[in-house]
Amino acid sequence: MPLLQLEGVSKRFGQVVVADGITFQLEEGASVGVVGPNGAGKTSMFGLISGDIKPDSGSISFEGRDLHRVATPTRCRMGIGRTYQIPQPFEHMTVFENTLVAAQQGARTRGVASYEKAYQSLERVGMAALANRPAGSLALLHRKRLELARALSSNPRILLLDEIAGGLTDAEVVDLSAVIRGLQGEGIAILWIEHVVRALLSTVDRLLCLANGALVADGEPREVLASDAVRTVYLGGRIINESGVS
Amino acid sequence: MKKVRNLDHGADSLVTVRRSRINPLYTLIGAVVLSGLLTWAPWFLPAADVSILQNFFILVIMATMWNLLAGYAGMVSIGQQGFIGLGAYAVLYFAIKGVNPFVAIPLAIIVCAIIALPVTYLLLRLRGGYFSVATWVVANTAMLLILSFTLLGGGTGAALPGLVNLSPDQLNHDRYLSTWFVALVVVVATYLLLRSRLGLVLSSVRDNEVASRSSGTKVTSTRRLIFIVAAAGCGAAGAVLAISQPFIQPGNEFSLSWTAQMLFVSMIGGLGTIEGPILGSIIFFALQQWLQNWGAWYLIIFGAVAVSIAIWQPRGLWGIVRDKFHFELLPVGYRVNDATREPVPRKSDGPSWRSRFARKKDGPESVAT
Ligand SMILES: Nc1ncnc2c1ncn2[C@@H]1O[C@H](COP(=O)(O)OP(=O)(O)O)[C@@H](O)[C@H]1O
Ligand SMILES: [Mg+2]
Repeated sequence: MPLLQLEGVSKRFGQVVVADGITFQLEEGASVGVVGPNGAGKTSMFGLISGDIKPDSGSISFEGRDLHRVATPTRCRMGIGRTYQIPQPFEHMTVFENTLVAAQQGARTRGVASYEKAYQSLERVGMAALANRPAGSLALLHRKRLELARALSSNPRILLLDEIAGGLTDAEVVDLSAVIRGLQGEGIAILWIEHVVRALLSTVDRLLCLANGALVADGEPREVLASDAVRTVYLGGRIINESGVS
Repeated sequence: MKKVRNLDHGADSLVTVRRSRINPLYTLIGAVVLSGLLTWAPWFLPAADVSILQNFFILVIMATMWNLLAGYAGMVSIGQQGFIGLGAYAVLYFAIKGVNPFVAIPLAIIVCAIIALPVTYLLLRLRGGYFSVATWVVANTAMLLILSFTLLGGGTGAALPGLVNLSPDQLNHDRYLSTWFVALVVVVATYLLLRSRLGLVLSSVRDNEVASRSSGTKVTSTRRLIFIVAAAGCGAAGAVLAISQPFIQPGNEFSLSWTAQMLFVSMIGGLGTIEGPILGSIIFFALQQWLQNWGAWYLIIFGAVAVSIAIWQPRGLWGIVRDKFHFELLPVGYRVNDATREPVPRKSDGPSWRSRFARKKDGPESVAT
């Protein structure tokens, strides 16, 4: 049984088609990257999986269970953890309290067990020293890491990562990739939207490419990047030049 | 305070989580002393001041409930007078049926909670302004229903029976004590609720509902629970209001001005903190005493204060105290203290409290690797 399965998922906002019959499967512990130009519908696809957005048609199932009537918080408790491209911290709460919410509600832990979960997630992303800082006072980089730590605290079976490496230095990208490979090593499946292709290539073993809401390529990362479909989408290899991969 | 296993430094290193920066023992002692003073107030304060205190407590109850609703759960209700009215009339009903009015107070609270449950299935489908208007409609519906009961006096109202056999002094004394006791229970219960896991959830919903949902929070059931708690709390305010007046009238108990006061008080004190509405209530009564001979200026100054705070200090006056001095009287948050990172413990971390907590909750099994 696949961990996550999308079957002909479609969604439009007025005239804009954000998902156009998306179909793919993800196995347990898989590590998959998602690329595509701005406005392709990548973030919307995460919304459809996490439950923030309701599909117009098609079905999404997780561990064999149809998610159609499953609300967002239940999906999180089932093991779907997501981060937001534009970080959504609980601004007036501390960094630790941010992750504690997910540990208590998403992972259903209590008391000391929830404190451990929340704190260890912060340690994993290197933010333990900022535990008592109000999340609203964090700079963008730390906000993005907090997104990851919070998603991690909910005990996910799959992590939906939405451009968490944007704006990082090369060394930081290497660190982040290592963290994510570590998570994958623990059996957490990864679905990672990223423009920094180098980060993806060092981590994922499969790549999806979205354009205008449709899945235009799906396969081995380097093959996908080299494919005609992806080159057309990116107007002659802009993605390759931008990221320094050639 | 609780110990947490630290990945970087192994199981032996001390990472602790505590719930307040100042020693909670001081807060507890302060609260006990204050409670004692307020309980004995009728013996040493003039009757006029006791009656002001009594009205102050009613406002504190209302503002605390409105803060829970709007400040934490994001439900801007303009219909809480509905539950105040229902609470008052429930006391009247039970008193007419022969129940001692003071005994009827907890019954009225339960009645309001029970009525609130089905109401949430209607209201929680609505968002923002629609929710607010609907709460107002619910309050008016409740009033119209009460008006149709001739037993309860209809539009003219009714006198509360069951208090005639008490001497005026004894009656005033009992009124004060029951009001004070209800206010104490409401504030303490709110504090415990906000310190619990539910409180953390509420804070997260207050800050970011979308992120809270995708972190596993069942926002609607949380809101439902809070709406019921606030209905019960406002019912309690209505119940003590009923016993503090000789006569119960729909126009008074169901008045929109109760909600206006809750809103004003929560806003100037600061939404989203427990202390804010209490501070707001103090300021409200101080202004009222100070301005009572100023006629129309009274309302103008009230309005000016509210508008200034809304513009320049949207987090309220308690927000200034919190941001400037990092001070909380009734802390609900969590502080992490990693001994390996911050080797110098703060002086205020009282050892007695630490060991008490550690013994009580942290068995070795819970911190072992
Ligand atoms: N809630 C919404 N309402 C209307 N349009 C939306 C909404 N969410 C996204 N869109 C539009 O859908 C398109 C896809 O957006 P998005 O999924 O964020 O793309 P990506 O993450 O690939 O950049 C964009 O054109 C965006 O403006
Ligand atoms: Mg996006």
